Amino acid sequence: MEKRVTFKGIWLPLLLVLPQILITAVFFFYPAGQAIWQSLFIPDPFGLSMQWVGLGNFEFLLSDPFYRASFLTTAIFSILVTVVSMGVALYLAVLADRLIKGSGTYRTLLIWPYAVAPAVAGVLWLFMFNTRVGVVSWYLGQLGYDWNHVLNEGEAMGLVVVASAWGRISYNFLFFLAGLQAIPKSVIEAAAIDGARFWTRFRTIVWPLLSPTTFFLLVVNIIYAFFETFGVIHTITSGGPQQATTILVYKVYSDGFVGQDLGSSAAQSVILLVIVSILTVVQFKYIERRVHY
Amino acid sequence: MKTLTSVIATTAVLSSAQASFAATEIEFWHAFTGRLGELVAEQVDTFNASQDEYTVVQSHKGNYSETLNAGIAAFRAGEQPHILMVIEVGTATMMAAEGAIKPVYEVMGDGFDQSKYIGSVKGYYTSPDGNMLSLPFNSSTPVLWVNRDKLSEAGIDPDTPMATWEQVGGVLDVLKEAGVDCPMTTAWQSWIHLENFSAYHNVPFATQDNGFAGTDTELALNGPAQVAHISQMGQWAQDGKFIYAGRRNEGGANFRAGECALFTESSAGYAGIKAEAEFDFEVRPLPYWEAVASEPQNTIIGGASLWVMEGHEDAEYAGVAAFMDFLSSADIQAKWHQDTGYLPITAEAGEKTKMMGFYDENPGTDIAVMQMTAKEPTANSKGLRLGSFDQIRGIIDEELEAVWSGDKDAQTALDSAAERGNALLRRFEQATQ
Repeated sequence: MEKRVTFKGIWLPLLLVLPQILITAVFFFYPAGQAIWQSLFIPDPFGLSMQWVGLGNFEFLLSDPFYRASFLTTAIFSILVTVVSMGVALYLAVLADRLIKGSGTYRTLLIWPYAVAPAVAGVLWLFMFNTRVGVVSWYLGQLGYDWNHVLNEGEAMGLVVVASAWGRISYNFLFFLAGLQAIPKSVIEAAAIDGARFWTRFRTIVWPLLSPTTFFLLVVNIIYAFFETFGVIHTITSGGPQQATTILVYKVYSDGFVGQDLGSSAAQSVILLVIVSILTVVQFKYIERRVHY
Repeated sequence: MKTLTSVIATTAVLSSAQASFAATEIEFWHAFTGRLGELVAEQVDTFNASQDEYTVVQSHKGNYSETLNAGIAAFRAGEQPHILMVIEVGTATMMAAEGAIKPVYEVMGDGFDQSKYIGSVKGYYTSPDGNMLSLPFNSSTPVLWVNRDKLSEAGIDPDTPMATWEQVGGVLDVLKEAGVDCPMTTAWQSWIHLENFSAYHNVPFATQDNGFAGTDTELALNGPAQVAHISQMGQWAQDGKFIYAGRRNEGGANFRAGECALFTESSAGYAGIKAEAEFDFEVRPLPYWEAVASEPQNTIIGGASLWVMEGHEDAEYAGVAAFMDFLSSADIQAKWHQDTGYLPITAEAGEKTKMMGFYDENPGTDIAVMQMTAKEPTANSKGLRLGSFDQIRGIIDEELEAVWSGDKDAQTALDSAAERGNALLRRFEQATQ
């Protein structure tokens, strides 16, 4: 039997949700509405004139094979970033969860990278992999591997994925560790007494009980990969070589901020908005079913 | 008694602050940090100290893109500065913004002598009828940087002629044979190997006089001369003779570290190279293809200019004019040219630098000036005026990378660059109708 608290009348509840609604309206609905409105025009950068083009901006974008290719690049990039950052974080969390001594220090050390801004992280990784002076590329050279992310598309993608995922590992680690520690020890011990080994226990008990955390992180990480990674891409590859690392949000940035093409940039944001809404709906509809709360 | 003193003190401070506010304030937004930022601040301080009618307030607003965006955002909010620094590729955007900008020749008034500015420097920023729309501030042009030690090590006479790409090709062969890892690298590939290449060989980069004659322009960068050059560069890249380091000036680190023998880069790289290079280096004119042109035309500039924004008082514009007049004076220009390696904007400043013996003490610093001024600019070598050009450069970068990696041949890549760039030019034409 669910317990419900009900208010009498409409005014008090309205008043109580008003701050939330106001904030959402000012910081979300208004800019989103502006983006949709602007996407229907070709404005000049100074706001001196605007031309109504209807869906012209969308036509222009979708007829560009390079823009369409950017969808695939974004999908590959986002999946890789999510898988790498969540996989490594889960592995570290499982290890940390088994630690008896010194887990506090270990945890603190692992959280550090989260404090590094994406653009700075980008520069750090760029220095390590710089084709001429980078430490890592020098060692790779000693091993006979010629690292050149400036021209090799696969290496460039690998580098931006690692740099984007790196800072994210700490964040995911924190949530996974908290999730792991919330699993009652008695359940695991009971399974151990029944003769279940670590891997069996992980597969049949820990993983299902961890699924709410995993699901939350999946949603959050995909949104991160979609929207917050342009700093890394900007500092490391600027979208290159060719268009190997031009993800959708980087194109929004470069067309709008560098190219002053606000109409196209707005249309691209609208497209991104639609994609992320669809993704979130799909996640909640199909993946959440398999989540055990 | 104590309170009274402090009241008097406060009043004194306030009134002196008001006294300095009585001078008309001129806002100047620029994109320089570090040493260049200090030099700009020094210019401004000198101007402010030289008279008491106007106070120029300089502020750094980020890199070129950020400064332009700050200016645009401020204009939309009605808070625009008087003077805004804009990178050369933003020229078409600024020109098209009628109602947001006030052409410099109008600000300067009737007594403005435009002929004292060097033609190939101001040409980038003049209207079709020859009037200056903005004031060139920092301008440079690409040259060939040579690591003489590297040549000697490879058994090449460091004085070997490298005026033409044919000769450079021979040198690259020997360097590669001798086991040099990085025979040649470049910075700003589109600017040097396509934009300047076209001007230098007097072939169009775009129709309509490179966009000077109208926004209905189309890219012509896929002409036979450009294709031949990029094709040869692509071959050199495949052979390990040309090492591609990145879209901006990443190659500079390799050259300054002494790894690369030859480096095509802006003449403004001088300060950095002089400070860091632990080898004998030299500046040579940018090479040309003898097969394409019997002698080179002039190269074009890169850098930024100062635009005056609309919407201020007449008295303030008088201050802007005074400041710009000050910046153009021979003393200030000569100092700027010598401190930074940027080109002087007036012939007088160049003469003065020569008289001071600066070129004799710093050999090669006059190469850029001579390369720019050797010939009167033609319609192909006056500069470029293309909308969305920052983005078009991005497209060119992408297509060139496809050539360097061997994914595309030069013709295919440049055809594709032209086609993609033209789509953006049509959009710009539509946006500014």
